[in-house]
This record gives sequence, C-alpha cells and structure tokens, in this order.
Amino acid sequence: MNLASSASDHRTLIMILFGVFVLATLGITVWAGRQTKDAADFYAGGRGFTGFQNGLAISGDYMSAASFLGIAGAIALFGYDGFLYSIGFLVAWLVALLLVAEPLRNSGRYTMADVLAFRMRQRPVRTAAGISTIVVSIFYLLAQMVGAGSLVALLLGVSGEGAKRWTILAVGALMVIYVAVGGMKGTTWVQIVKAVLLIAGTALMTVLVLAKYHFNLSELLGAAASASGKGSAFLEPGLKYGVTGTTKLDFISLGLALVLGTAGLPHILVRFYTVPTARTARKSVLWAIGIIGVFYLMTLALGFGAAALVGPKTIKASNAAGNTAAPLLAEQLGGGAGSTGGAILLAVISAVAFATILAVVAGLTLASSASFAHDLYANVIRRGKASEKEEVASAKLAAVAIGAIAILLSIFADKLNAAALVALAFAVAASANLPTLLYSLFWKRFNTVGAVSSTYAGLITAVTLVIFSPVVSGGKNSLFPHSDFHWFTLENPGLISIPVGFLAGWLGTLLAKEQADPAKYAELEVRSLTGLGAH
Amino acid sequence: MARPPETVPESFQRIEESPEFQQLRGSFRGFAFPVTAGFLLWYLLYVLLSCYAPGFMGTKVVGNVNVALVLGILQFVSTFAIAAWYARYAGARLDPAADRIRQGAEAALPAQPVDRPAVAEEAAE
Repeated sequence: MNLASSASDHRTLIMILFGVFVLATLGITVWAGRQTKDAADFYAGGRGFTGFQNGLAISGDYMSAASFLGIAGAIALFGYDGFLYSIGFLVAWLVALLLVAEPLRNSGRYTMADVLAFRMRQRPVRTAAGISTIVVSIFYLLAQMVGAGSLVALLLGVSGEGAKRWTILAVGALMVIYVAVGGMKGTTWVQIVKAVLLIAGTALMTVLVLAKYHFNLSELLGAAASASGKGSAFLEPGLKYGVTGTTKLDFISLGLALVLGTAGLPHILVRFYTVPTARTARKSVLWAIGIIGVFYLMTLALGFGAAALVGPKTIKASNAAGNTAAPLLAEQLGGGAGSTGGAILLAVISAVAFATILAVVAGLTLASSASFAHDLYANVIRRGKASEKEEVASAKLAAVAIGAIAILLSIFADKLNAAALVALAFAVAASANLPTLLYSLFWKRFNTVGAVSSTYAGLITAVTLVIFSPVVSGGKNSLFPHSDFHWFTLENPGLISIPVGFLAGWLGTLLAKEQADPAKYAELEVRSLTGLGAH
Repeated sequence: MARPPETVPESFQRIEESPEFQQLRGSFRGFAFPVTAGFLLWYLLYVLLSCYAPGFMGTKVVGNVNVALVLGILQFVSTFAIAAWYARYAGARLDPAADRIRQGAEAALPAQPVDRPAVAEEAAE
C-alpha cells in the first residue's frame, strides 16, 4: 500500500479542513482576547465557565494526541497491554475528584503553586512548583509534537522531512498565538470545540468498525487476534509487558504513574480555576469522567479495529511506534487506500488529530507560562511587586520561549510512542506534584522544607531515571539510538520516583527546625472545605 | 472580581475548632480517604493480576471475551459508580454543612472576627 501517494492525492482536502479549524479557532481567540482585561481573565478565563463547558474543556485538555493516536496504536500493536493506558488514565480522575479539585478551587487563584505555597514561605515553594510545572508541561508538549510529526510523515510521505519540521514549527506558532492572544478564555473555547470534534470523529469510527463485525465485540476481538498473528495471546495481558520480570515491573511502574499522575498535572489543575465555585469544579470533573470514560471505551474499538482491518505489519511500516494506526484505520474504513471515501475519512480524522494536538499544546503552554509569570516572575524574581500588567506580559513572553523549547526538542523525539512519552509526564507529575499537593492539603505538620524536598526529590529522581533509561539511550527506539548510557532498566520511573517524592516530603518535614503555622493550616482547611473567602 | 474581605487568622482557627467544622471534616475525610484507598487497591489488584496471573486473565468468558477484558471494563464501571456515589454524598452531607459554616462566618464579617461560643477545649485536635 502506498500511503504517501494515496494521501497526497487528497492533500488539498486535508489542508482545507485543517484550514477551517485553524481559522475558526483563531476567530475564537481574537474574540476571547478582546474580552480579556485583567489577570483573572487571562489565567482563569474570568472564572465564568459552567460545569458542563469546563467538563468538555477538561476532556479536551486530557484526550490528547497521545490518547487518540498513541493508545489506538498501542492496542493495535500490543493488543490488550495497550488498554492499560486507558484504564489508568480514567481511574486517575477519582483522585482528582475526591481529593484535589474542590480544595484547589477554594484555596488557590491561578496556579498549582498558589495552593502549595499557601501556608509556606513563598519563594522557595513557588520556585520548586514553577520548575516542576514547566518540566511536566514540556514532557507532555513533546508527546503532542511527536504525534504531530508522525501524522505529517504519514500524510506527506517519509521524504517530507522538511515539511515535517515546518508543520511542527506551524503548530508551535499557532499555540503561542492562542495563548498570548486568547488567554485562558480563548484556550478553553478551543478545547471545547476540539473535544466535540474528537468525540464525534471517534464515535463515527467506532460505529463503522463495529458495523463491520455486526456489532459483536467477540467477533471484532477474534478478527483482531487472528490478524495480529499472535492468536489469543493478543487479547491477554503480557505481549508488551509480560515478557520478563523487568517488563512486568515496568508495567506496575506505568500503572502507578498513570493513576497518580493526573491529579498532579498543572494544565489540568488550572482548569478548576475557570469555574465560579468548588461545586462547579466538582460538576466539571463529573462531566469529564463521563466523557473521557466513553472516549477510552471507544479506543478499544479503534485499536482492535486497526489491528483487524489494517494489520500490524502495515501500521509498523508507517510508524514503528504505532502512532498512525487511527488515521490508517480511517482510510481503511472509508474504502481503503486510493479510494475517494478512504481519502475523505483519512482527511477528516487527520484534521481532528491535528485539532487535538493544537488544543492540547495550547493548554500546556498556557499552564506553564502562567506558572512562570505568576510564580517565578511575579513572586520570586519581583518578590510580589510586579503589576498585573507586567505579570501577564511576562506570561506571553514565556509562552513564546516555551513554544521554542518544545519545537526544538520534538524534532529529536519522533521515534517514541506518544502515549509512552505522556506516561513519563505523568510519572514526573505523580512524583513531584501530587505528594506536595496532598501533604499541603491534608497534613497539618507539613512545612516549607517538606514541600521543597518532595517537589525536588520527586522531580530530580524521575527525570534522572528517565535520562538513564532505555527511553533515552541504548534501545532501537531510543532518543539517541546510537549511544548507550542507560543503567536504569525500566522505561517508566514511577515505581521508584513516586515513593521517593512522598518519602522526601515526610522526612523533610520531620527534619526541619521550623514548625508549621497552625493558624495558616486552619485558614487553608476552612477555606478549602467551605469556600470561605474563595477568589 | 472584587476581593472578598480579609478574614483574620484567629477567626479561621475558631471556625476550625468549632464542632460543625470538625464534623464537616470528619464527613469529608471519612468518605474520601477510605474510598480512595479502596479504588487504588482495586486498580492495583487489576494491574498485579495482569502481570502475574496471565493464565487466569486469559480465561475465556463469552466467545473471545476473556477475564482480563471483563475486569478492565469493570474498572470503568467502578469509576463511574464511585463518581456518582461521591456526587450524591457531597450533595447530601458536605454541601449543606459547608454552606452553613461559610454563611455564618460571612455574616460575622467584616466587622469583627466570627462571633461564636468558644468550644476550643472539647474540639481540640
């Protein structure tokens, strides 16, 4: 099957569809930018969104290209083992619902660090939280950019190395415009539009796949198993992670990172500030759980459908990590390569995937540049003396810088599976942010030293282990396949780095000379549970 | 958005020590902590079974649907159920109490700290 030529015949259609999305979202961005007057508008969209709107926007932020392209690819190649991503990604929302969303909404203003620094010394805690926010967001950005790269390679043919880079550059430029011009209000509406498109596109493909198998799940599974060449092992756990003792540990590590990471993702946490009250924040999480749950159930049909209808060989030939399984499936469902129907459906699904990538990178850029401006610039560098205008201006500059860093890094990372990269972002979030957040909210004795220790220990452990893991060197699909300096055998650091984060926070607190201020904890607790004095 | 009136720290401590607040915290933690432990253990059980009991997980239930898939779908079901359960619990048990405490405190502001009989001794940490 010659993917490149069949796709390029109808490249115009893809360009038109994508152009419509870009123009529509730029329109929204300009409109939102006109309404953005103060810092609360820029960082929190004026706090005026409804629970349903924010639920859609959360889903939009969360159902990234990594979920759509990465999970579908992982299921198509590794069968059941790919499904673990979906389950971990969903169950994780209960942590956010039960422990984090409402207290955060009640006691913070713009960033995650607002809550972490609430009862601590501002500068050290905000510095730590700001750095970890930016690191997590860059890992996550990288995953999205890699997804964008794979998609372009598929659509334009493998020879389009230059075109691929131009696309990554264009994605980067667009995300900076969304954030700098539209702020949180613009970004939120982009998420909402994208969430609706993604759900519609996924639902369409799910129905088409199931229709081929008479809406009989067992029949689809059987077809996928026999097309995979692995038989019923394809439907059982173990193909990717059950090979050796090490891969089994990797699986547990991944599982931990997924389930504990969500409630520590800065770009998800700032979403809770866009609604007026904690109760609306709760409603938005409930909507998000419903929408995201249905979406991940549909990834099953997409992944197994791609395995059955496209086949692992074709998928691997197009992208070794499986990132193009979903668009290939779309082409197949439309009538196959070379057919008009195939080209149309491929174009539609590719445009949806691009929309997804754009929206998620905008959300990530916003969260990290907001943290840079509000935490590092206003509170650490200027010691709280920056005006609101200066703070927002520095956020816009930071958006440009973060966009540039993400573009540069993503050019090197295109062989990695987008879902696996996102799992690394989750591991860092679960190790550095979640322990600090939970201790801050629920442990009275927790103090500045504890907060700084858990953030840095979790962050440094996770990042160090990743650098010396097969993700970066020593493997066929590593970032640097030609050198080998790995000594940590797991791909995901969560199993080690999450306990290290929790332990460091506990030890740091006990070893510090300072005592936690009971009055500040009383204030945090009363505010977080009752909404008294919430912004 | 106008900033709400600043509340003096002592009044927060007084609210925190009030029996109403202690009860609200008890209702919140009494639900959130054990349920979190429960679904994390259930999830962990699923992950460990996938790793170390592939034979059991591969047992066919109906057609090509095996235990692994059924347990995976059950993780979805339990997540939806716990979310709905919490929404009901919070609406019935947490929200009314939180509203009462907040309204009581706001009524006493900003003129002076929350005026409420001191019950600090009984409600000590």
